[in-house]
Amino acid sequence: MNSPSTPDRDVLVDIRDVHFARAGRPVLQGMRLSVARGRITVILGGSGCGKTTLLNLIGGRLRPDRGEILVDGQSVPSLGTRALYELRKRMALLFQSGALFTDLTVFENVAFPIREHTRLPESLLRKVVLMKLETVGLRGARDLMPAELSGGMARRVALARAIALDPMMVMYDEPFTGLDPISMGVIAQLIRNLNRALGITSVVVTHDVAEAMTIADHVYLIGDGRVIAEGGPQAMQASSEEHVRQFLDGLPDGPVRFHYPAADYVDDLRHPGSRA
Amino acid sequence: MTDTAVHRIGRWALARIVRLGHATAFLHVLLVRSWRLPSRPGPAAAKAARLVVHQLFSVGVLTLAIILVSGIFVGMVLGLQGYNTLVDFGSEASLGLLVALSLTRELGPVVTALLFAGRAGSALTAEIGLMKATEQLAGMEMMAVNPMTRVIAPRFVAGLISLPLLAAMFTVIGIYGGYVVGVIQLGVDAGVYWSQMQDRVDFYDDVVNGLIKGVVFGFVVSWIAVFEGYDSVPTSAGVASATTRTVVSASLAVLGLDFIMTALMMGGS
Repeated sequence: MNSPSTPDRDVLVDIRDVHFARAGRPVLQGMRLSVARGRITVILGGSGCGKTTLLNLIGGRLRPDRGEILVDGQSVPSLGTRALYELRKRMALLFQSGALFTDLTVFENVAFPIREHTRLPESLLRKVVLMKLETVGLRGARDLMPAELSGGMARRVALARAIALDPMMVMYDEPFTGLDPISMGVIAQLIRNLNRALGITSVVVTHDVAEAMTIADHVYLIGDGRVIAEGGPQAMQASSEEHVRQFLDGLPDGPVRFHYPAADYVDDLRHPGSRA
Repeated sequence: MTDTAVHRIGRWALARIVRLGHATAFLHVLLVRSWRLPSRPGPAAAKAARLVVHQLFSVGVLTLAIILVSGIFVGMVLGLQGYNTLVDFGSEASLGLLVALSLTRELGPVVTALLFAGRAGSALTAEIGLMKATEQLAGMEMMAVNPMTRVIAPRFVAGLISLPLLAAMFTVIGIYGGYVVGVIQLGVDAGVYWSQMQDRVDFYDDVVNGLIKGVVFGFVVSWIAVFEGYDSVPTSAGVASATTRTVVSASLAVLGLDFIMTALMMGGS
């Protein structure tokens, strides 16, 4: 393990040579990346390449097998429960599903973290919640239940809840997946606005190239459990590297194979008995 | 791959032991969290109390109807069966005693626990399992709120409190059920029905022991229910099988423990 060198002031999240395996299958193999404070960092990668795992590692929900994860100078895997919870109050994770509490109204969902962590009087709490809902344009939807929301609205409510405690960083897990183009644009604009206006550091994990490129300050392309390429959005667009081109242009075959690893095709067809 | 029956039995047994280990580790955390609920600072304790009361309603009060209806029918059946057996020996005067002892010692706690596992236990497992499947528990963790304290412990405590109370109500309404059939319908003398009961039902040996069973069943059923939910595979099939497991394991645990406790309680006297 590296000795924790003097933390760089401009780096909020520093991931150093992280290895992680799940059920014996390696997910991350020597992942290194850093998230600049106050910027939007986009992590691109195919489905199942460990992007969500990465967010869970940063959030301390998983521990790496090897390597270091520093958030704001603190080593996440070695934090005790109390310190970890203190750190989590300052970072938010927006789940792909939104993870709204289905038995609470929109208002109560946004109020939840505030009620849990502060002792604001009800009148002030109401003001804060309405301000957060106004930010995402859903102040009028405060009395709805999560089941009555569209996918895009649910994600915006979840975003309002994520920023309820004014975190230093918000991590977005696939924020564009399953949304119509308008909702997608809305979410992209919200991510940008929150970043520009409130200075919230943003980590966006996605496989949506077009949206990612419009909001990113810095892009990492990951695959095989490590960073394949990185750079500003323009530099990435201009790259001629095989992996980058395959991913950005959506080519079905390239360095990432179309075929799942299998025995020889002809052999496989000739011997119907061997299924394994 | 050699895969004999012995291998399979071994693997099955090992998996069970590992799972029991998980459940025990979970119980440790659960007990610590439950114990700390009332000792949290000022407003947090009030909030914890509100959470428990809320759960007492959905776990306890909403189970009341099925408990009372079952209780009265079980009491009536006891009255009918008991009368028909006792009358052959000319001892139908002991009907009240028979009904009361059966209910306080055995049927009250056991039937209540079985019904509770089916009504409240399955609901607890399904609710917690679905919260897990929809990432609500993970979301809570990421908001620096411990789901163990916020979600699991209040439900466990509510189950623990509810079951003995429900068992007591089951017993009381069952005794009235026996009264309706035995006294009003079949003509056993009302004074004899009550006085034999008053005379021969012992407070410690019968009532308190029945209550102890209720507490133990409440502990075990609630533990199984919240563990199965928390430990469920977060898919619809996973939640479904966890719910089934709750009802099956809780029922078996209740019946097994009932035998053991009865043997211990009878052995002393």
